[in-house]
Amino acid sequence: MAIDIPRLPLGDWIEGGLDYLTTQFSAVTRGISHVTQGGINSLNDALMWMPAWSLIALIALLCWRMSGVRLAVGSALGLALIWNLGLWDPMIESLTLVVIATLVAVVIALPLGILAAISNRFYAIIMPVLDFMQTMPAFVYLIPAIPFFGIGSVSAIFATVIFSMPPAIRFTTLGIRQVPKELIEAADAFGSTRSQKLVKVQLPLSLPTIMAGINQTIMLALSMVVIAAMIGADGLGNEVWKAIQRLRPGDGFEAGIAVVILAMVLDRLTQSFRKTKKAQ
Amino acid sequence: MSESQTTKIQVRGLSKVFGSQPKKALELRDQGLKRPEILEKTGQTLGLSNISFDVKEGELLVIMGLSGSGKSTLIRCLNRLIEPTEGDIIIDGENIPKLNEKELLQCRRRHFSMVFQNFALFPHRTVQNNAEYGLEIRGVDKAERTQKARDALKQVGLDGWEDAMPSQLSGGMQQRVGLARALANDSSVLLMDEAFSALDPLIRKDMQQELLELQHRMKKTTIFITHDLDEALNIGDRIILLKDGEIVQIGTPEDILTNPADEYVARFIEGVDMSRILTARHAMRPVRATAREDDGPRTVLRKLSENGLDSIYVTTRERKLLGLVDADAADQAAKDGEQSIKAILHDDFPRVGPDEPLNNLFAMFNEKSRPIAVVDENQRLLGVVVKGAVLAELAESGER
Ligand SMILES: Nc1ncnc2c1ncn2[C@@H]1O[C@H](COP(=O)(O)OP(=O)(O)OP(=O)(O)O)[C@@H](O)[C@H]1O
Ligand SMILES: [Mg+2]
Repeated sequence: MAIDIPRLPLGDWIEGGLDYLTTQFSAVTRGISHVTQGGINSLNDALMWMPAWSLIALIALLCWRMSGVRLAVGSALGLALIWNLGLWDPMIESLTLVVIATLVAVVIALPLGILAAISNRFYAIIMPVLDFMQTMPAFVYLIPAIPFFGIGSVSAIFATVIFSMPPAIRFTTLGIRQVPKELIEAADAFGSTRSQKLVKVQLPLSLPTIMAGINQTIMLALSMVVIAAMIGADGLGNEVWKAIQRLRPGDGFEAGIAVVILAMVLDRLTQSFRKTKKAQ
Repeated sequence: MSESQTTKIQVRGLSKVFGSQPKKALELRDQGLKRPEILEKTGQTLGLSNISFDVKEGELLVIMGLSGSGKSTLIRCLNRLIEPTEGDIIIDGENIPKLNEKELLQCRRRHFSMVFQNFALFPHRTVQNNAEYGLEIRGVDKAERTQKARDALKQVGLDGWEDAMPSQLSGGMQQRVGLARALANDSSVLLMDEAFSALDPLIRKDMQQELLELQHRMKKTTIFITHDLDEALNIGDRIILLKDGEIVQIGTPEDILTNPADEYVARFIEGVDMSRILTARHAMRPVRATAREDDGPRTVLRKLSENGLDSIYVTTRERKLLGLVDADAADQAAKDGEQSIKAILHDDFPRVGPDEPLNNLFAMFNEKSRPIAVVDENQRLLGVVVKGAVLAELAESGER
């Protein structure tokens, strides 16, 4: 007894929804696109205006202050290698995308994470959404980005923000929920308002955890920014992409190594920030 | 403690049910069921049942009971860290359970400061900033709160530690910070939930002593929770005994020791009640100063003031006890130019033999709380027993 269940037109529905959104909100998306592109351009210009050596020195100094000599020397050497390979500009382009995407992601993630920590109902809603966002293959996000923002870096940022945001939300929620009950009681007992409790007790105490989340967000953003070369994002991903098309594995690996170096510098730097915060 | 004290907090018919069907649990309670049966029948925990008591202005009220008796629940209902299920808590005319969120906030700021068993200091704030917390959230300006927090830290003996982080301090010091945080706040009631239970015994004794001194100085209404009878006897003006969420006895330490309300209280104090074998001799202290029968009023006055006394025993050369002279009477006699104290000598004080059992002594402390004179068979003065000493002796022998 074969009942013929018609195939659900899930894809059609999603496309219909996206079409609707793009036409309805074209003014908004154009505005966002404009602002984001402006941000990307100015940060790119600023970072590229600086001579490579001075930026390397600056980053090394930051590493030295935050962590120590080892990280400072390591990142200086790594960045110098990127420069030497002629990948400086693509590296800066990737860095710009990571920085902007992370900023946007964190700005959205913090309030959501705080809300999920305070409200059990919101927690119940957002956690499955985050699971969904994280398990969806990364480049699927690239596709809906294009109708909204067209080919290029803005789409890349959009997809990157969505892909990299979940850990920042999760860790914010986790960090706030982990604050010992006794300290919450103490804050309440003295008559703190909800926002005083948040600002004076919950957020400072969850800062190390939130920083761990931001660290993960940065790492995810970097990986996504590379993949986003598929929809025309500039940067190191684009170098890899070109190498694939021209069948030049050497170039591809060089760009890949540059990505690894950038990832390591960003990772260690944000981790050391987290540790010094904790030690205070 | 005088009788004229005003009431600071009135608690009436306070109950707390943990669970989703409080009505059902309270109905069963009204039918006379107890906590275990209610738990079995409904799955609801009757945390507190029909609690009523008064807290007097300036007293140190101890709430004592075994683990699970509802002490923490009770103290947290007062400032609504736990929402009471029913009942009234009236402080300065306000009924706390009826306050809305905003009023509750104000009420907590004005009336309550709390000290916690595990200190609950904010680990990211310095000692100074911890002490300032209550003032800071009330919007007190920086200069004033710095000063008040400093003063409070000084009160608890922590000056010089302002910039340390809590994690750098020992347990006893951390709890001093907890105490300073509560004192700086200048609220009218101090709530202390097993505040000294996490400290080791020696430090604990010190802290009790310091709390007593502070309390004596500042006359702050204090509600102190403990599961430790020695502690309760040592510091409490009055003690409330809780069992399974109900009050079994309210009374002064003497009341509780001498007239345990029931089996439960009696068992509680079993370890302590050595009063039958202990006698006045054990609790007696040497007399600090005595006057002679031929001393004049001025000499007596000088002896009184030198020793910080407000009355003095008068004896013969052989230390035979003749009577007592009060400071105000001596003062009057001196003004009137009297040469002798014979006229103002009186007999209005208790005296006992050295073998009098301690538990008989409680009843003898009259309202002027004059000490009891201990005399031998020839009426020679051996020593005095002051009120606190009886309790201390009882408590200590309980430990042995
Ligand atoms: N949130 C809660 N949910 C359910 N039951 C609770 C809750 N809090 C306390 N109880 C129960 O209420 C009763 C009284 O608890 P409470 O913490 O007030 O006791 P306590 O006298 O402070 O004990 P301890 O000396 O162990 O601190 C206990 O049986 C406890 O299990
Ligand atoms: Mg408790």
